[in-house]
Amino acid sequence: MNKVYTDAAAAVADIQDGATLMLGGFGLCGIPENSIAALVAKKVTGLTCISNNAGVDDFGIGLMLQQRQVKKMISSYVGENAEFERQLLSGELEVELIPQGTLATRCLAAGYGMPAIFTPAGVGTEVAQGKEVRRFEFNGEEKDYLMEYAFEADFAIVKAWKGDTQGNLIYKDTARNFNPMMAMAGKITIAEVEELVPAGELDPNFIHTPGIYVHRIFQGVNYEKRIEQRTVRKRNAE
Amino acid sequence: MLDKNQIAKRIAQELRDGMYVNLGIGIPTLVANYIPAGVNVVLQSENGLLGMGPFPFEGEEDPDLINAGKQTITTVPGSVFFDSAMSFGMIRAGKVDLTVLGAMEVADNGDIANWKIPGKMVKGMGGAMDLVASAKNIIVAMQHVNKAGESKLLKQCSLPITGVGCVKKIVTELGLFDVTERGFELRELAPGVTVAEVQAKTEGRLVVEGDIPVMNL
Repeated sequence: MNKVYTDAAAAVADIQDGATLMLGGFGLCGIPENSIAALVAKKVTGLTCISNNAGVDDFGIGLMLQQRQVKKMISSYVGENAEFERQLLSGELEVELIPQGTLATRCLAAGYGMPAIFTPAGVGTEVAQGKEVRRFEFNGEEKDYLMEYAFEADFAIVKAWKGDTQGNLIYKDTARNFNPMMAMAGKITIAEVEELVPAGELDPNFIHTPGIYVHRIFQGVNYEKRIEQRTVRKRNAE
Repeated sequence: MLDKNQIAKRIAQELRDGMYVNLGIGIPTLVANYIPAGVNVVLQSENGLLGMGPFPFEGEEDPDLINAGKQTITTVPGSVFFDSAMSFGMIRAGKVDLTVLGAMEVADNGDIANWKIPGKMVKGMGGAMDLVASAKNIIVAMQHVNKAGESKLLKQCSLPITGVGCVKKIVTELGLFDVTERGFELRELAPGVTVAEVQAKTEGRLVVEGDIPVMNL
């Protein structure tokens, strides 16, 4: 069994036009930069992308939007991005907005082998239109829940801090975000890592994603890690 | 009349020792600046952190460490990172004691609208729908009227709603209101504000009973 790929181009080589992709990250934090660059270079089109956000004009998924590679975005928060807005208003791009916890849990359900979940998020709002509502008495109160289906993605593409040749992954700080549950949810999961080590070097007690979920792994290069909102305080402010 | 920082300061008085608290973007974020002495709360950031600290010192920003507003932040001792599914799991399960968020409109039955204006670019609900559907206690920090001078405390929301019957308390520049089955119950007036002014600027059912105390800031 060899899960190790040389680079992003090799890892994404068989992604076809029209594929459904999950892409990890929150804003620009913890996004699979190398894989996105490889998808742009590969010019694959007609993609459905499940990702919490859609990047900014010149980084993240925004790079794929610029090349008109995305047919549909499924996200919770978008629009830090002028090209995204233009394509949305012109009808070139289809967008499905769903609550952030629903997005995360629909990925989780896929990785846990469950076809659907029940969540109160969106009950009574336009998000609930056309969806099955069930009333449960649970956690001390009776209320309505929406049934939401698990996602099915052809590929999940995630970014981790460290990984080993078995595909075990460890994330860093809030760059973890959507990566672990997306890693579990792909029919094929591709992980890019800042540091790839031989099996046995990571402490099994501190692995976040077991390698059974990860089919391909490669060591990324030249991480830019752009900051969206640089907020600081002065040293003498305290 | 309160400014934004005073609204945040008044909401901070609602914090109790040991609470887990989620603060939304805008005025709610300012609440962290006014946590009373002796009150220790743990701030949750829904992108996957309990124990959020202040902004980093210049030069110490870490792109892997941000809050739900995508701002660079720090952690405090005892903090913990987790994934987005667990983050909304703890919200859904009612583990977060208090959520403070902004709103475009609130109805007198507690409905809230804060994610979408028809005809304008829709950016999405982010985590707001999950938070309002599950939080045990929701305080809204908002301006009492919109830029056109129209009330934002309404009989019924005119904008698409984010959640149903969920808001428990509102602090505006004019005062503090509990949202009950009777409507907006005026509990405290901001300094220099009259009951008549509150009545004139509140479209939804307003309950004014007895002498209303002036807010103590």
